[in-house]
Amino acid sequence: MDSNGSGRRRFLKQAAAVAGVAAGAGVGAEWAAKGQSAKSEGKSEASANPEAKEAHDHRGLLRRGARFSVDHITYYTPLQDYVGIITPASLHFVQYHASHFPDIDAQEHRLTIHGLVDRQLSFSMDDLKSLPSVTRIHFLECHANSSPMIHGTGNHNMGPPVQYVHGMTSCSEWTGVPLSVLLNEVGVQPTGTWLVSEGADPGKFSHTLPMAKAMEDVLVAYGQNGEPLRVEQGYPIRLLVPGWEAPFSVKYLRHIKVVDQPYHAWNEAMNHSVGRPDVGGKARWYHFQFGPKSVITRPSAGLKPLRRGYVEITGIAWSGGGVIRKVEVSTDGGKSWKEAKLQAPVLPRAHTRFNFDWAWDGQEAVLVSRSTDELGEVQPSRVELFKNWGFTEEESKKPQRSIHSNMQQPWRVARDGSVYDAMFT
Amino acid sequence: MRCSLSLLASVMMLAAPAAGLAQSPKFNVGTPLSQEEIRSFDFMIGPQGKELPPGHGTPKEGAAVFAKRCEVCHGKNGQNGVLRRLVLGSPGNPYRGPFGAAEKDSVAYYPYATIAWDYINRAMPVPKPGSLTHDEVYAVVAFLLYRNGIIQETDVMDEKTLPKVEMPNRNGFVPAVPVYPPEPKPSWW
Repeated sequence: MDSNGSGRRRFLKQAAAVAGVAAGAGVGAEWAAKGQSAKSEGKSEASANPEAKEAHDHRGLLRRGARFSVDHITYYTPLQDYVGIITPASLHFVQYHASHFPDIDAQEHRLTIHGLVDRQLSFSMDDLKSLPSVTRIHFLECHANSSPMIHGTGNHNMGPPVQYVHGMTSCSEWTGVPLSVLLNEVGVQPTGTWLVSEGADPGKFSHTLPMAKAMEDVLVAYGQNGEPLRVEQGYPIRLLVPGWEAPFSVKYLRHIKVVDQPYHAWNEAMNHSVGRPDVGGKARWYHFQFGPKSVITRPSAGLKPLRRGYVEITGIAWSGGGVIRKVEVSTDGGKSWKEAKLQAPVLPRAHTRFNFDWAWDGQEAVLVSRSTDELGEVQPSRVELFKNWGFTEEESKKPQRSIHSNMQQPWRVARDGSVYDAMFT
Repeated sequence: MRCSLSLLASVMMLAAPAAGLAQSPKFNVGTPLSQEEIRSFDFMIGPQGKELPPGHGTPKEGAAVFAKRCEVCHGKNGQNGVLRRLVLGSPGNPYRGPFGAAEKDSVAYYPYATIAWDYINRAMPVPKPGSLTHDEVYAVVAFLLYRNGIIQETDVMDEKTLPKVEMPNRNGFVPAVPVYPPEPKPSWW
């Protein structure tokens, strides 16, 4: 996702353009207007916008941060209200690359596997559900989550910073058939080292996957948190690629082709690539596994001001590399660290809840967390990560366009108890 | 995981199959697909364009399709539209970088011309993806390649010529085949 917020003028131009071409096709100005902020963009749009009202439930909680554009639908998980490690399916993040969700008849839906295989087969939903199933808890995360460019660009509909900066990660209990079982049924030929898959969404989202990962732990998932997948999550089936950036986990899965090379589909090779100084300004084509990551979800910017005395610091940690071994919390901006308590269960490639008891003395403080995973890798600070990516010290003081960020998130507590996003200030 | 990642890397680098694949079906579920069925959906286009269907189009034909179906969002000649500027450089004068957030929307950024055909065919135009004929997709791609200074106005794009187009940013990416990071960088580099 491109992280810069689109201004009102640009937005209205977009909406007008879409209204011009859409003509009843489900993408219209009123639909696109849902992305507008009630606060910053004027009341008339907000009142014409049913989603803005629905964004608050009967308890007044912000249910969803949302952002819409012509070819994008984004929902951010409200991490500030998130407890434990299971994201309700209705609050799971969405980063969707088409104008509207598909209406798929599961009875008619088929998953085909062809290409470099001995038996080219088509599987119905009944076929898939007749095969051995597994259930596992895993996080998903958009490759653009926590983008350095997004800090300070949010609006009312997108929720507080912890939601719109970091809310493109969620964690669910997924149920499905291991992809390796299906690949065994079709018989992968020796030259079949990659596969490319396609969804049945209007944009036919497509992504490549190395065969070794496909055989390791990938699921063709049809269940999430005890129920069938919801439409926004790929109903009736999706790939679930644990620990790797979410574009690998193709939703509305309908075709898999076993091939002998990465296919560089537009979304993976173009839209999801960013030039980086450490590789001579060229662009990395693929990022695979997420590194160790964590964020303090409460307290965090824009939530209720703190009161002196006991404060529970809580948050989530996760890593594509496996189990979270340790989370440390600093209240002085990273000068000193103390270990937080990890809340069971602590599972590989899943969100892990951490808690930390703190007594606030009314002085300025900067709250930061950092995680260490089972590989012994430690979540980097902004300066460390930017340095690794080849940015100069001067450049690293400013947001740099990048994806796949796992830098530590500092929150500054002011003397009046208000909390601010301190990533770049 | 670090060692399994390097194993993964070597597996991919050697283009060898994942070790120990059993080849006989265990459950005998699934329905065999006929070649005809496969042809009806086999449109995930690889870099060599092997899956490209027969068809052809010229920049001139593409200009007409583009004006009708694409211009409303992408602007006249793929520039100054409200969304995604598709054209950088000019006929005879291809753009060679740098590619920032805005520039990477252009066809000039693509390492393979086939990516344009694949994506336009599958996902464009936004309200009705898949509504362009194969010839129209070839024509729009030809038009965009011409406006980006990559082919001549008289060139015809078809399933044979399109994969042979040399893209100016062919070497703008690393690695062409993913390589897992060498030590001492972390595994997720």
